Amino acid sequence: MARVVVDVMLKPEILDPQGKAVHSALPRLGVHGVTDVRQGKRFELEVDELTDERLSEIHEIAEKLLSNPVIEDFFVYVEELDESEVEGSEVDEVQA
Amino acid sequence: MRIGVVTFPGSLDDVDAARAVSFAGGETVALWHGEHDLRGVDAVVLPGGFSYGDYLRCGAISRFSPIMTEVVEAAKGGLPVLGICNGFQILCESHLLPGALLRNDARRFVCRDQRLRIENNKTPWTSDYEQGAEITVVLKNGEGKYVADEDTLDRLEGEGRVVARYLEVNPNGSLRDIAGITNEAGNVVGLMPHPEHAVEGLTGPGTDGLAFFTSAVSQLLHA
Repeated sequence: MARVVVDVMLKPEILDPQGKAVHSALPRLGVHGVTDVRQGKRFELEVDELTDERLSEIHEIAEKLLSNPVIEDFFVYVEELDESEVEGSEVDEVQA
Repeated sequence: MRIGVVTFPGSLDDVDAARAVSFAGGETVALWHGEHDLRGVDAVVLPGGFSYGDYLRCGAISRFSPIMTEVVEAAKGGLPVLGICNGFQILCESHLLPGALLRNDARRFVCRDQRLRIENNKTPWTSDYEQGAEITVVLKNGEGKYVADEDTLDRLEGEGRVVARYLEVNPNGSLRDIAGITNEAGNVVGLMPHPEHAVEGLTGPGTDGLAFFTSAVSQLLHA
């Protein structure tokens, strides 16, 4: 199986009020070295078998549904997974 | 004059929109998001609210509801469509209108009586207004900042497709104070403020919003 990750970010020229709000909270943590924060979305799409056709479908999903091309850019990348890695990551989350 | 009002899961203002249609002398037809049926209506209102919980992006999931397939096709054929607030967002996500609506630049949900200028009284939704009429209707939105690229904004202005503009206060950071726009053909109008909440003195800031609905009713009578 494989996991395809789609990151969606507001285009650089679009103001990101949520990122600004997060950024303005940083001094309250005593953090002053961060000059900007932009907030985006991460989608994880699980597929049994990663074929070229599947990947092009995911590009279509990313373009038509997950992002709005007027205001957002998207990035698609593949994370190869086997069963043990999937279990391992779940254990990590429980421990955290 | 049968005007359909679509109810999506999470629509809030469908009842007020239906009531405004009745006040304007039209017959309201309830339309359901899950059906492929416009029931032969003469015009459609996409009401305000939080369809599908505003998940993903406002209007992004509603765009793929069965009724929107029919609305998009009918709108391309000239059916008058008015999208208010969330309805405006759905029209942008459906690509019936250009641009997009983003979170207010002030990062707050804004709820106020808003002054507007009607910039285009040639649409089926604004023909009962004088060109340049200044009106007060309710505005309430969290994601009402209208954005589009400069070329699109210039084209909207040049072609007279800005339907309404904010006066005095720009409540959400909308570019060029844009409160509402129309498509090239002029039958599809998206508007962020809520004329349906300003159709009688008892429940709103006046009756300035009623003409959106009387416009459609009288246009359809003469069509």
